[in-house]
Amino acid sequence: MSNRTAITVDDLTVAYNYKPVLWDIDLVVPEGVLMAIVGPNGAGKSTLIKSILGIIKPIAGSITVFDKPYKKQYDLVAYVPQKGSVDWDFPTTALDVVMMGTYGSLGWIKRPGKKQKKAALEALEKVGMLAFKSRQISQLSGGQQQRIFLARALVQNASIYLMDEPFQGVDATTEKAIINILKELRKSGKTVVVVHHDLQTVPEYFDWVTFLNVKKIATGPVKDIFNDDNLTKTYGINYKVSVQQ
Amino acid sequence: MSSVQIEIQLIASLVAIACAIPGTFLVLRKMAMISDAISHSILPGIVIGFFLTEDLNSPWLILLAALTGILTVILVEFIQKTGLVKEDTAIGLVFPALFSIGVILIAKNANDVHLDVDAVLLGELAFAPFDRFLFNGIDLGPKSLWIIGTILAITLTLLITFFKELKLSTFDKSLATTLGFSPVVMHYGLMSIASVTTVGAFDAVGAILVVALMIAPSAIAYLLTNNLKKMILIACYFGVFSAITGYWLAHILDASISGAMTTVLGVLFLLVYLFAPNKGLIAVLYRQKRQKTEVYLLTFLLHLQNHKEESERHVQHLNEHINWRTVESKSILSLAKENNMIKIENDIISLTRKGKEFTTEAINYITTNKSTAIEDMKDRFFLFRG
Repeated sequence: MSNRTAITVDDLTVAYNYKPVLWDIDLVVPEGVLMAIVGPNGAGKSTLIKSILGIIKPIAGSITVFDKPYKKQYDLVAYVPQKGSVDWDFPTTALDVVMMGTYGSLGWIKRPGKKQKKAALEALEKVGMLAFKSRQISQLSGGQQQRIFLARALVQNASIYLMDEPFQGVDATTEKAIINILKELRKSGKTVVVVHHDLQTVPEYFDWVTFLNVKKIATGPVKDIFNDDNLTKTYGINYKVSVQQ
Repeated sequence: MSSVQIEIQLIASLVAIACAIPGTFLVLRKMAMISDAISHSILPGIVIGFFLTEDLNSPWLILLAALTGILTVILVEFIQKTGLVKEDTAIGLVFPALFSIGVILIAKNANDVHLDVDAVLLGELAFAPFDRFLFNGIDLGPKSLWIIGTILAITLTLLITFFKELKLSTFDKSLATTLGFSPVVMHYGLMSIASVTTVGAFDAVGAILVVALMIAPSAIAYLLTNNLKKMILIACYFGVFSAITGYWLAHILDASISGAMTTVLGVLFLLVYLFAPNKGLIAVLYRQKRQKTEVYLLTFLLHLQNHKEESERHVQHLNEHINWRTVESKSILSLAKENNMIKIENDIISLTRKGKEFTTEAINYITTNKSTAIEDMKDRFFLFRG
């Protein structure tokens, strides 16, 4: 972990129809961490990620990525949306979806070529999906679709990876495969932020954690702040999680 | 064929291609109904444009009418965003309102024969060649051909230039946003093209056929391919095919050209809907039946593997034990036998070595669901039924 800050969120408030879903959030994501964002349903976890990416416009606050607004840094950030956010019946193949990850570095009008295809094939290989490259995306299982999304993010070769529930609806094998890739990313100095649901696996998978429930409850290293006190504050009921250090 | 006939077919074909391109993206964006809305609500734009320019083929009229189309999209989105009504309701509210303004304007003011409601709804392709484009007294062909040709050229240029951006923003709007492409620009760009095309086409083919030419060929193509580029090409092909077939059908029946073209499209869609190789209704039903047989066979083999006692493996007892109808158990029994999965001695069924291997592997595949092993297994799984 370096001393640089990957993402700074300052006084962020986001509202849907004037009802705040994120309220006055201050958050610093240090470079090189593998961070889980946890909180109950409706806590604003996805909203936080979408705000960082500029998909949702906040009503107050500012967000910077490596000290500059996101719009100037979008080539440094890769995003893995929720699987359900796209139509998997779209007429395209697994390889083509992964190639979409290269569009950002290409910019407007320029078309993907050999270099982009090679990068996409490498990313598919990394997530163990090379054998499925020509397959129509609706013919993939849920876990395979999630891997395709991960490969699409990998091909962006970004510094920061933001992922919205990458483990949702995937089997145990895929979950292990994905977390291993995330750990590798962290090892190579990347910053990874993941919206996560399974509290049991937080200590095993992540080194940083942010507790969120409309307001920010706590953020910091898992070993320091992943405790019953913060869980109870976030989820509102008494939580007992055995934390394996 | 007379030159008039050739001109009519050429206009119809160009209209079909110009419609199929934006139509494909509308279908993929689940916005087919918006083309219906646009095609109707451009009427007041055309009428007002006609009052101002007194020329149905003026580019200003086309732009003004196209603006009404975009206004429709904005109004629909505005009403929808309030969250008080759903999108289909918003569409149903906006376009009849605008269309009726157009109808009243025509009834009150326009005495021009060409601008009556019938012509607007159905168009009159047969008259299109009579309105010539004259330049310094030289006849350069029908005006409609020039208008739709220009629109098609613009559409094609934009499609080729922004294909990557269109595909991305259609498939995944949020990724498009995060990569710095503006889905809003693509959205309104597409809506503008759809509007301009509708205005340019509807004089020739009428408001209803414009919708048919945008949606039906794309829907047909959607059932026939899993590749976006091919989908656009197939949509264009079916559009042109129905335009030409429709023209000759109308010729034989002495009926409306636009009506005949739409009928051809309807029949084509029905055929593809039923008989498309992978996504067609019959293919889907056949696949479901096959999958059912597959599961039944596996259940049967598993039962045999699980039971060593002879009473559970007697041919006669299988009906009662796995609770199938006689017909089904008989067909599964013969299927298993054909594939050398089982052998029957004195009415007692037992698994062959191939049967045992297959069952173990299949169970393993179903329970572990492991990546590439599935492919291999599935291939053999399907192969064995030959």
